[in-house]
Amino acid sequence: MSKVRVLVGTRKGAFILTADGKRKKWDVSGPHFAGWEMYHVKGSPTDPNRLYASQTSGWFGQIIQRSDDGGKTWHQPGTPPGEAPAPGPPKAVSNKFVYDTSAESGKPLTTHQFYDGTQHPWEFKRVWHLEPSLTDPNTVYAGVEDAAIFSSTDGGENWKELSGLRGHGTGPKWQPGAGGMCLHTIILDPSNAQRMWIAISAAGAFRTDDGGKTWKPTNRGLRSQYIPDPNAEIGHCVHHIAMNPSRPGVLFMQKHWDVMRSDDAGDNWKEVSGNLPTDFGFAIDVHAHELETIYVVPIKSDSEHFVPDGKLRVYRSRTGGNEWEALTNGLPQSNCYVNVLRDAMAVDSLDKCGIYFGTSGGQVYASADAGDSWNPIVRDLPGVLSVEVQTLP
Amino acid sequence: MIRVILPQHLRTLAHVGSELELEIGGPVTLRSVLDALEARYPMLRGTVRDHVTLQRRPFLRFFACEEDLSHESPDAPLPEAVASGKEPLLIIGAIAGG
Repeated sequence: MSKVRVLVGTRKGAFILTADGKRKKWDVSGPHFAGWEMYHVKGSPTDPNRLYASQTSGWFGQIIQRSDDGGKTWHQPGTPPGEAPAPGPPKAVSNKFVYDTSAESGKPLTTHQFYDGTQHPWEFKRVWHLEPSLTDPNTVYAGVEDAAIFSSTDGGENWKELSGLRGHGTGPKWQPGAGGMCLHTIILDPSNAQRMWIAISAAGAFRTDDGGKTWKPTNRGLRSQYIPDPNAEIGHCVHHIAMNPSRPGVLFMQKHWDVMRSDDAGDNWKEVSGNLPTDFGFAIDVHAHELETIYVVPIKSDSEHFVPDGKLRVYRSRTGGNEWEALTNGLPQSNCYVNVLRDAMAVDSLDKCGIYFGTSGGQVYASADAGDSWNPIVRDLPGVLSVEVQTLP
Repeated sequence: MIRVILPQHLRTLAHVGSELELEIGGPVTLRSVLDALEARYPMLRGTVRDHVTLQRRPFLRFFACEEDLSHESPDAPLPEAVASGKEPLLIIGAIAGG
């Protein structure tokens, strides 16, 4: 029978939740890296036992952790698993994220727009998102704050910036959102190894068609009333983008305001917020098998950032947007004031499709029937930053 | 032998106990101690000082012999009691929650 492994990053450690294909009884492992902010944990599609984790701290900076056994043991790439390394020069610097300022890149950027509109130098803060390659377990991409994309081809031991993104030329117009100026979304195209999409708060979405050398903004159709030109090419606070890998190029976006979709790989977007109670939110995902079924969790904003009316409701559209139904069975419908962050929702690939999300209150909810009913796997973790799911044989 | 006490988060990261010992060849300064620390425990590179600038991370402090050494020159000699191993160098997380 298939199994699922849910990888949960929280503000105070990582947790691994496992169950068989029935998804009724769960084992909880953790906290891993107790006390550290675990922004993201994700497994390789080609080697499910290869996991990458972003461990971060305002005090001690960025750490990359790797597991080669499905999360039983961890080590920093380049250091021996489970033990102190032998004396001598370090073999790797897996947490060294240095922006490319080389002459060869031709156009390294030095400043972006700060909160007050002045120009501010790029400063590395943390890794928000790790996206393992679809074909090679040793290749992984990292989306970082201040916004940039890095890649490693040696299992996370060394990182190199794909500087063509910052070199695109619009960097001085990028600005931080409330969470910082983060590159939080990386989507790889399974049908085209040269194509990927990224999203930045607050700059917008970008696409490369040449493996990350050059990038183009893909924000036509986005409208954001809080920037001087609401239809500008750059400056939109894209919160998250989701794509079903079996239909590359059809993208769904939760923006700061508005839920959007694109049917042409991001070249054009149209709003599909429809009857949502609020079109603000962070998380969005697509059903594993029903290509027009999508999920969001509306959040009340701008100032509150919790679910509206004290009710935790996932909204599902079976029509690719515009027509939405509230999913409430098993979710608290009174006195609930949690948030669900952008990377804190995921789907498994079982039949029926499982949906998972984590909250700022530390609950991780699971639905084994595509959202019709929900149960908490755990209720009292630290605030959840990210949720990923692996479907295992 | 130089004695160094790390904050709890970094002890876990380096797989060490409350105190570790380092051999330093030459002058005992913050720079030489941190160089030796990072050579012996490469997983700590970037966690105490910046990878590129080698500046102390802003939320960390260096104490020894009841003195705050955080703003001393990295090349200034550490107190004799630290150099002789009588007193440890303490690397402390700023008191800012956590």
